[in-house]
Amino acid sequence: MTTLETAGPPAEQKDLAGEFQDRQTPMTRIRNVLHKYPALSPAVVLLVSIVVFGLLNDRFLRVENLSLITQQVAVVGTLAIAQTLIILTAGIDLSVGAVMILSSMVMAQFAANEGAPGILALAAGLLTGLAAGALNGFLVTKFRLPPFIVTLGTLNIFVALTLLYSNGATVRGSAMPGLLTWMGTTFPVGPVRISTGVVTMLLLYLFVAYVLGKTAWGRHLYAVGDDKEAARLAGIPVNRVLMSVYLSAGAIMAVAAWIQIGRSNAASPNGGVDMNLDSITAVVIGGTSLFGGRGSVWGTLLGALIVGVFRNGLSLAGLDVLYQTLAVGILIIIAVSIDQWIRKVKS
Amino acid sequence: MNGFTAPRKTSQRILTGGALFSIAALAFTACGSSSGDAAAGEANGNGSEKIGVSLIVKTTTNPYFVAMQDGAKKAADADGVDLKLAAGKSDGDEDTQIQAIENAISKGDKGILITPNGPAVEDAMIKAKEAGLFVIALDTAPSSVDAADITFATDNFAAGTLIGQWTASQLKGQKATIALVDLFDDKIVSVDYNRDQGFLNGMGIELNDNKKNGDEAPSGKYSFAGGGDYEIVGNAASQGAEDGGRTAMEMLLAKNPDINVVYSINEPAGAGAYEALKAAGKETGTLVVSIDGGCTGIANVKDGILGATAQQYPVKMAELGVKAIVDLAKDGTKPQNTQGLDFFNTGVELATDKPVDGVKSIDTAAAADICWG
Repeated sequence: MTTLETAGPPAEQKDLAGEFQDRQTPMTRIRNVLHKYPALSPAVVLLVSIVVFGLLNDRFLRVENLSLITQQVAVVGTLAIAQTLIILTAGIDLSVGAVMILSSMVMAQFAANEGAPGILALAAGLLTGLAAGALNGFLVTKFRLPPFIVTLGTLNIFVALTLLYSNGATVRGSAMPGLLTWMGTTFPVGPVRISTGVVTMLLLYLFVAYVLGKTAWGRHLYAVGDDKEAARLAGIPVNRVLMSVYLSAGAIMAVAAWIQIGRSNAASPNGGVDMNLDSITAVVIGGTSLFGGRGSVWGTLLGALIVGVFRNGLSLAGLDVLYQTLAVGILIIIAVSIDQWIRKVKS
Repeated sequence: MNGFTAPRKTSQRILTGGALFSIAALAFTACGSSSGDAAAGEANGNGSEKIGVSLIVKTTTNPYFVAMQDGAKKAADADGVDLKLAAGKSDGDEDTQIQAIENAISKGDKGILITPNGPAVEDAMIKAKEAGLFVIALDTAPSSVDAADITFATDNFAAGTLIGQWTASQLKGQKATIALVDLFDDKIVSVDYNRDQGFLNGMGIELNDNKKNGDEAPSGKYSFAGGGDYEIVGNAASQGAEDGGRTAMEMLLAKNPDINVVYSINEPAGAGAYEALKAAGKETGTLVVSIDGGCTGIANVKDGILGATAQQYPVKMAELGVKAIVDLAKDGTKPQNTQGLDFFNTGVELATDKPVDGVKSIDTAAAADICWG
């Protein structure tokens, strides 16, 4: 492969001499680019899959359908922001879906059964999310338990609490104040109708991307995820950063709960639990490393959209739902393999 | 991290990387789509020729719904219908079903056949109706009647009542020590409480909330067929499968080894419960009853593993559903509810080889002729 390089014009050779220590095969170059821009590979996969599905079925590229895909990923996409924050600290959160459902039931029941105004019900749901995040964060930082085990435990706790609290009953949108179902409302933008929930999700991405990229907190978060010990020695309050991450994640899950209520125009205690895996899927396909310290929320958004595009596209192409699940499985393996390959740059 | 100092080359590299992943993704989508090419072609081209129908079942992990899918496929082939299949990831998974409904609308289907996983799906069903699709609920009636244009279903409560009545008649006044092997303990779904509560109702045990399992008085008198004393040992979840049924029964037997009546949510759970009874040496003299009427279940009734089962007809539901949408598309004929009910009753039969007076039943030979799965 290196012979190709030396066969280049003289100017090129000069360039190469300049970065001699970097003399590499094309494959390692690709690896370096991907290492530098973790969101690049999911972006390419997303574009290619949109083109391919567009060719397979002419209804796929209609604006209504594309808008539909964004609505279908809004909830998982929002949960995946919380998941990204936690995975960036080399943690994992299995309880995201359960927290969301608990929070949505608190919002809905508080409003429907106690007659609380929408804003109070929302606040109660937000508090629920924060409390759940605080519990996870407390167990992770104070007892030094692995996040996987902590959230596996709290996942079951939150599922049980949800059913005990809700008595298994679904609360319909019509029984709730308009504010709670507001995330499901749509407004026209040119020929498309965009839902409030999708806009909220996108705003959250913008906000979190800004915080991660431009603030000290964001840099501390990456540092803790990259190497906890080194971060501690550098004077970063590791436990305080971790606690703040779990709290923020809890708040984001409460927002996801709000979007979920709007989307199904009801609050249901069933399902939602396996959104923990869906959110991890989005993060992993989005190129964030499960080992922490590397990745971006934009990658996660792309990851969530890829899953949405595959599910919708395969469905419009007439494939059985099992093939959709199969496709997502293959995507995960590919994404993790790429991550492993990219990580070799470091060594 | 080691120095990419030549930005003009970065773009080249991005292109190379892009090309690599394009190839990977293309190769992947190509293998993914090969098996669906025919269907995709039809949907693409002259979609108006074929009637598009989506069948959205609760989950494909249950043979009951697989039988329903097979029934729908046969009917679709016969009627020239372009049938698309979708399913929740598990019983109670509403989100996946909502997406499937939206995709059906996007695809331009004429109608949807759905076994709704819960009330949260109903808003999407109403949206489909508003978009001009004919929406038929199969097996499970939606909680608000107007969410579907019509429901083709069996009455799960009535099915439970049949096996409850049979059990009470078999006991002939003996004390009933009852184990209730239910479906779930981590979510609440209608089939679970309708069958369980129907069974207790059939025995003549007073119910509290008929949408809640386990809130009955733990002991008292049952009244059907002369009646007698009863004691409910407890409810345990089986997930509707053999291993879950066995574990559930083991737990209940540990609580009270004198159990002589076992209600099970479906036949796999019933078979699992029987294994636990056998391991404890209690299989003789214990009545195990179930609901479903799958071919394996009917064989288990024949072999005496189950005393009786209430047979339902998922294939018939699917066939009727596909046919209804075809008729509607061809000449506008709409299906009608069974008289006196707010759904189209596809029927239920008690299948047993030990018939009792006062409860209509068919024997296993007759049930095997019309079983599913």
